[in-house]
Amino acid sequence: MAPTEIKQQVEEIEPFEAQQEIEGGDVVLIDTREPHEYQEAHLENGKLVPPGLLGDEIATAAPNKSARTILYCRSGNRSYKAAEQLQALGYEDVASMAGGILAWQEQGLPVVSTSGMTAEQRDRYSRHTLLPEVGVDGQLKLLNAKVLLLGAGGLGAPTALYLAAAGIGTLGLLDDDVVDASNLQRQVIHNTERIGMPKTESARIFIEALNPDVNVVEHNLRLDSGNIIELIEDYDVIVDGADNFPTRYLLNDASVRLRKPIVSASILSFDGQISTFVPFEGPCYRCLYPTPPPAELAPSCSANGVLGVMAGTMGTLQANEVIKLVLGVGEPLIGRLLLYEALGTRFTELKVRRDPECPICGENAPEIADEDLGKFPDYDAFCAG
Amino acid sequence: MATVRIPPVLRQQTGGQPEVEADGSNVGEVLRALTAAHPDTEAQLFGEDGDLNRYVNVYLNDEDVRVLDGLETSVSDGDTVVILPAMAGG
Repeated sequence: MAPTEIKQQVEEIEPFEAQQEIEGGDVVLIDTREPHEYQEAHLENGKLVPPGLLGDEIATAAPNKSARTILYCRSGNRSYKAAEQLQALGYEDVASMAGGILAWQEQGLPVVSTSGMTAEQRDRYSRHTLLPEVGVDGQLKLLNAKVLLLGAGGLGAPTALYLAAAGIGTLGLLDDDVVDASNLQRQVIHNTERIGMPKTESARIFIEALNPDVNVVEHNLRLDSGNIIELIEDYDVIVDGADNFPTRYLLNDASVRLRKPIVSASILSFDGQISTFVPFEGPCYRCLYPTPPPAELAPSCSANGVLGVMAGTMGTLQANEVIKLVLGVGEPLIGRLLLYEALGTRFTELKVRRDPECPICGENAPEIADEDLGKFPDYDAFCAG
Repeated sequence: MATVRIPPVLRQQTGGQPEVEADGSNVGEVLRALTAAHPDTEAQLFGEDGDLNRYVNVYLNDEDVRVLDGLETSVSDGDTVVILPAMAGG
């Protein structure tokens, strides 16, 4: 900068003024301290941009240069300097909070602290909390989330591994099967010693060893129209890795009624499909597949075979969708069906639209009785095999 | 000429091929060209009334033909027709 150029004064605002603006919305809030300070306590929705990384990271944290941007640090010095830098970069409406988070806290204003997290958790999840899209707030969301896995098999096993590692606080496992030697080529949460054990119990042993933060709830049973509402109503997100059509339609119908998002994947031989169904925000499973196929077009993995690692790919994609839904970040696969062909290593994305005539989520869809959940007019004929 | 993507459950009927080239000016003609070349696919794609079976989803590139013009949807050279049945494996 040329020495003759007059430096533009940075606007300084008091914490109570900052709070009023933040509550009013449309404010980008930037924390210009170091990660360890941020982790201890920060303002809600404050995005961490350490001073040394300002040039690299500000464009991501604050993409709109004309948006109101408030900076804060510990005591107000670093944020003042950072505000000068932002003005030089062309940011038009920047303010620094005088006195920093110390003054903010002195006035009794709220902060997000890691008091909800133990020292062990801060360490365990540090690679998450360093991500601006996750942060401490996001990790606390994950730790408070309740996710139900329908099936602890080819899809459920890899999904459960990453959701447990991510610190999903409550992980429900629903499966009525026991571990079989033929499962172990893909169901990596089980092992040779646990052949014959209920899958929910085998998975719980693995998850508890991986991450003691996770509360595993075993549902060692089969879903039916009589128990589904009670089973799913306490969960935030349901992961569909079921191995049969009746369960998929049943889960769809119940989740639309309860407005629960479903992350749904299916696998066969070298191919996988995945989509995220958020009731009334996007299509439901019946919008995509109004009618189940006949038995000869619906072979099972036990009859046709399945590549183990492909199940792992689809399961981890499901875990990725769940984590985005819980965090409220990114673009979930709502209204999109992603196909994966492992042999060609090829992904294809197809559009899925809400069907106005959908019998479950369409404009004139009636409320259906409990005993009719999952029913299809001629489903028994289709699925007799 | 369009490319038809064959789902795993139909590949036995196409000699294992995951993609088949087929001619036609609309989706219906392309699928009829497929069933002519691989007759075993016909019963699984079309009902006795000649309509596409309801449980088979067909996409032209990334769009469901149900929201386009169904089997009458025009197909250009280089388009991809995706046949997609529901799968339930988990």
